[in-house]
Amino acid sequence: MLATIARRPHLSRPSFSFTHPLHCINQSIPPLPFSPQILNHLRCTLAARMEAIGVLMMCPMNNYLEEELNKRFNLFRYWKQPRPSEFLTQHAQSIRAVVGNATAGADAKLIEALPKLEIVSSFSVGLDKIDLTKCKEKGIRVTNTPDVLTDDVADLAIGLMLAVLRRICECDKYVRRGEWKFGDFKLTSKFSGKRVGIIGLGRIGLAVAKRAEAFDCPISYYSRSQKNTNYKYYGSVVELASNCDILVVACALTPETTHIVNREVMDALGPSGVLINIGRGPHVDEPELVSALVEGRLGGAGLDVFEKEPEVPEQLFGLENVVLLPHVGSGTVETRKDMADLVLRNLEAHFANKPLLTPVV
Amino acid sequence: MAEHQPFKVHQPPEIIVLGPPSVFKVYDKQFSSRFRVLRPWESPLSLPQFLAAGAQNTQAALISGGFRFTSSVLHHLPSIRLVVTTSAGINHIDLVECRRRGIAVANAASIFSADVADLAVGLLLDVLRRISAGNRFVKSGLWPVQGAYPLGFKLGGKKVGIVGLGSIGLYVAKRLEAFGCAISYSSRKEKPSVSYAFYPDICKLAANSDILVICCALTEQTHHMINREVLLALGKEGVLVNIARGAVVDEKELVSCLQNGEISGAGLDVFENEPSVPKELYELDNVVLSPHFAVFTEESMWDLYELMCGNLEAFFSNKPLLSLIPEE
Repeated sequence: MLATIARRPHLSRPSFSFTHPLHCINQSIPPLPFSPQILNHLRCTLAARMEAIGVLMMCPMNNYLEEELNKRFNLFRYWKQPRPSEFLTQHAQSIRAVVGNATAGADAKLIEALPKLEIVSSFSVGLDKIDLTKCKEKGIRVTNTPDVLTDDVADLAIGLMLAVLRRICECDKYVRRGEWKFGDFKLTSKFSGKRVGIIGLGRIGLAVAKRAEAFDCPISYYSRSQKNTNYKYYGSVVELASNCDILVVACALTPETTHIVNREVMDALGPSGVLINIGRGPHVDEPELVSALVEGRLGGAGLDVFEKEPEVPEQLFGLENVVLLPHVGSGTVETRKDMADLVLRNLEAHFANKPLLTPVV
Repeated sequence: MAEHQPFKVHQPPEIIVLGPPSVFKVYDKQFSSRFRVLRPWESPLSLPQFLAAGAQNTQAALISGGFRFTSSVLHHLPSIRLVVTTSAGINHIDLVECRRRGIAVANAASIFSADVADLAVGLLLDVLRRISAGNRFVKSGLWPVQGAYPLGFKLGGKKVGIVGLGSIGLYVAKRLEAFGCAISYSSRKEKPSVSYAFYPDICKLAANSDILVICCALTEQTHHMINREVLLALGKEGVLVNIARGAVVDEKELVSCLQNGEISGAGLDVFENEPSVPKELYELDNVVLSPHFAVFTEESMWDLYELMCGNLEAFFSNKPLLSLIPEE
């Protein structure tokens, strides 16, 4: 396969342009001087080769992604298999890629069952559902979807903070019930100027900080190591929680960060403190969180993620100071399309023996 | 500076409270420890009767943003020299009559600006990201049953048109810039000190925006300024946020545009006939409604109490008012 390498100045990292037929068609790059017949033959051959590649999609995640995977590859839908282990045995030899997300990825058992697996492309930035050690061991590539979803997740964190402190959801409910009477009001809590503490100052943590600063919120953070920023660093989550009004979980989920927000942290955050979780459910000790909220030891919470999605503790349903969302951090039309395109481009790059766009392993 | 008659030492000065404003209800004891307060709402007399009987020498009034301080009320307050309103808006005060009689007017200035701007952003995020709707979905136990929740829309990169670039409008702009929004505005006059694009024509602002945030005062000129033409210019993917006054928007047209998908959503803190809200909006998931509560935070309530007292005490001490509205 012929390829030329070109640097595209408008992109932040070099990408590789191809002069083989599929990419010419996609990228409007002038092809090498092949005849139309040869080009068409090459296109069909390549497409046919791609269509023979088995890709296993773990759960429904995005209609556009599913349609495109179905067009370009031999797509298997794991969630539609009535007998998953039989299915895996039957098709193991043809599955070369897995597409997972925050709900279902590739654990050790699945990886072992797919001897031809070459790549796991996650429709998420979080990698907690993928056994990365196993992938490294077996030389299986892993990609995710960083950067494209950073803004949306950070936006949602701020949206949750405002919704909880200003009781926006409760007030909407009150008006919709026709209950609004003149002179009736409750005082809520001002957001501007509140101290925001961020656990994890990666891409998303920094984006949250940038937005909160525009509301004159002083920013502090906890991270594995101190970063080169002006934000105040705390060496422990408990110290961070003691010194902020709003605590945001924005780190990756690993064995070390599981239950990083525990009872001690919640007590330190206190009865006027608010917890915002846009990370992963297991970051927070959920039963402890429920008691802290029900008993009033914690001032409020905005939660986009839970330990056992889609199950959410029912004791939270009646609490005015709690806002619950069904894991929609990256859930916008624009971003899900960008994420899907990134998954597709990573898979195509891999099967064309080209560098992956967003490799993790 | 308005003159006033000297008062006896050790006797707190007298004020009349009209409304009464929420800040008075919250800090009644504190106000009463600093002033002698006339409370018409506690009297069986009608307001004119009460004023005629007991407020003929009263020099200062503390009024709510909802109390219509008309010339007929002023007629019954011959000694009034200062009216302090607990709102930022002054459309409920007969300014012409006040100016004619040399009555000073003070308001809440910009102490609410952060809170109101915060709510504008909160309502906008709620509409775009379906926060209240998503909260209802989860709390109804529907997530395990119905599975995937409809996608929202990204805020970053959207073009925001701010109608009225006063204190609140500027705060909204600063906040939304941090989300990656491009800001432009419409105002009575262009503001050379800002770098945002200025549109003298509100329809053109709407046509060039994905989101319109209403932050202007209610005046004769701005009444129903956001009409069908502006809403259609905003377009099928456009979102309206109103944290100013209900009557700036033609509410019937807004409801119709929302029902017919002529605009994509709205976040509304204010309505034309509060507390009445068009019932058609209750059925819509792409609308977020709040009961004119943008200023009701504990922090702002305290700041307002201090500002109101500060104005009244300055008046009675012959000192400059803290938030006097200058004559134009």
